[in-house]
Amino acid sequence: MTIKQKFIFNCEGAWSDGSEKLLCIDTGSWRVERPVLDKEKCNYCGLCALYCPPQCLKDMGDHFSPDLDFCKGCGICAHECPRKAITMVAEGEFNDTGSKG
Amino acid sequence: MTLAQKGKVRVITGNAAAAYGAMLCRPDVATSYPITPMSEVAEQLSAFRANGLVDTEMVEVEGENSAMNVVLGASMAGGRVFTATSSWGLSFMYDAVEHASGYRAPIVMVIANRESPGILAVSGGQQDIISVRDTGWIQVIVEDGQEILDTVIMAFRLAEDYDIQLPVMVNYDGFYLSYMATAVEIPEQEDVDRFLSVLKQQPERQKLMPGKAIGCGTHGIELGFVELRYRQCLAMERATTKLDEIDRDFGEYFGRSYGGQIEEYRTDDAEIIIVASGGAAGTTRVVVDSKREEGIKVGLVKLRLFRPFPRQRLAEVLKGRKAIGVIDRSVGFGWNSGPTWMEIRALTPEIGIVPVLSYIDGLANLDITIPHIERVVDEVNDATQGKPYQEVTWIPLEE
Repeated sequence: MTIKQKFIFNCEGAWSDGSEKLLCIDTGSWRVERPVLDKEKCNYCGLCALYCPPQCLKDMGDHFSPDLDFCKGCGICAHECPRKAITMVAEGEFNDTGSKG
Repeated sequence: MTLAQKGKVRVITGNAAAAYGAMLCRPDVATSYPITPMSEVAEQLSAFRANGLVDTEMVEVEGENSAMNVVLGASMAGGRVFTATSSWGLSFMYDAVEHASGYRAPIVMVIANRESPGILAVSGGQQDIISVRDTGWIQVIVEDGQEILDTVIMAFRLAEDYDIQLPVMVNYDGFYLSYMATAVEIPEQEDVDRFLSVLKQQPERQKLMPGKAIGCGTHGIELGFVELRYRQCLAMERATTKLDEIDRDFGEYFGRSYGGQIEEYRTDDAEIIIVASGGAAGTTRVVVDSKREEGIKVGLVKLRLFRPFPRQRLAEVLKGRKAIGVIDRSVGFGWNSGPTWMEIRALTPEIGIVPVLSYIDGLANLDITIPHIERVVDEVNDATQGKPYQEVTWIPLEE
């Protein structure tokens, strides 16, 4: 067995400052439902982004869009939206994983 | 002729020796919650601070868990830190102890060894060393007051070494060494400064900076965890030979050295070896001398480094002997033997199949006496002649 000599981190300890690589974990990989926005209903109030636990809703200028690499599909955005503009749709309905990487 | 000047010799307790050692290394932050038999370390260090001998920031804490977390934070901020505890205190800081090694914080902690909680003993023993055996700390065990002071200085060199970056525990027998006053040479400040100045030539380790974002707990997931654990183990591995180097350097500089990972005493032509650590090693040395006069070719291996375990050096010195006796001041639950005996037994592929006898003695402040060790030597010697022997002996329980 050979052990790789190239490591993910440059730091020795389990902590580092922002100039170092921090471990990004793909929390989107275990999502079973995906938030889908009806732009007609959205008035860009931002409550969804405020409530999002992993803070993965990105400001697109006129609406908020989930980063599907990190969205766990918890549905809190859909639950909190006052205009019911977000629907949770089963992952099986999509051909892609939503992931960029 | 050594490089360092001759220091003043004072008659001080082991606890005071630990405090002197720490003071001479000028820690930035120190804290300690009092516990028998270690409290004097913190008292002495506070007195040094009050008398203006050192400008260490002494933090008053409400318990050992806070003590370890305070020095952990200060260490991550780049400070040199020192703390001290014993037994129950060590148990109470257990999670922070593991944090410290995972964060690779070069903390130096002295431990006046005492029986660990369980049977409510306020008495000496090395069970607390065993209770934190697998926390990723480097563990050194010392024998006398002078060695306490010198090893605290060496511990800072070892912990803060850029290749190591691991916390170090310096262990000494509580109630015995902690309170026993002996003549100890206290090195001059400038010599200790110079001995530690090697560290300043090394690259700087990472530190917490105000206003700079820090990720803690963002690294230990999945492969990141495995990688950091592996690197912890690599650093541990490096600490074995690093301690030998530092000990040699210390010897050249101050004229005192202790053998690094292990001390070998009259082992050259020895047929049997007694393995002991801490104060018991001193008594064993006396017995080795008297038994040699009786014609028994016995030698002593004093175990100084307990974690990382000095596998290679032990294998070299134990190989080809006829029998080995191992004295433990603690127990290995589940094996009904001494913990060091288990580890020596694990070296069998390297040292060969010979009788290895485990002796449990000195629990709860009971003395490990000269007659006890004479008996160990005699039994180990008998084992070389094919006589039947008992694998594990609880010396105080024997009639």
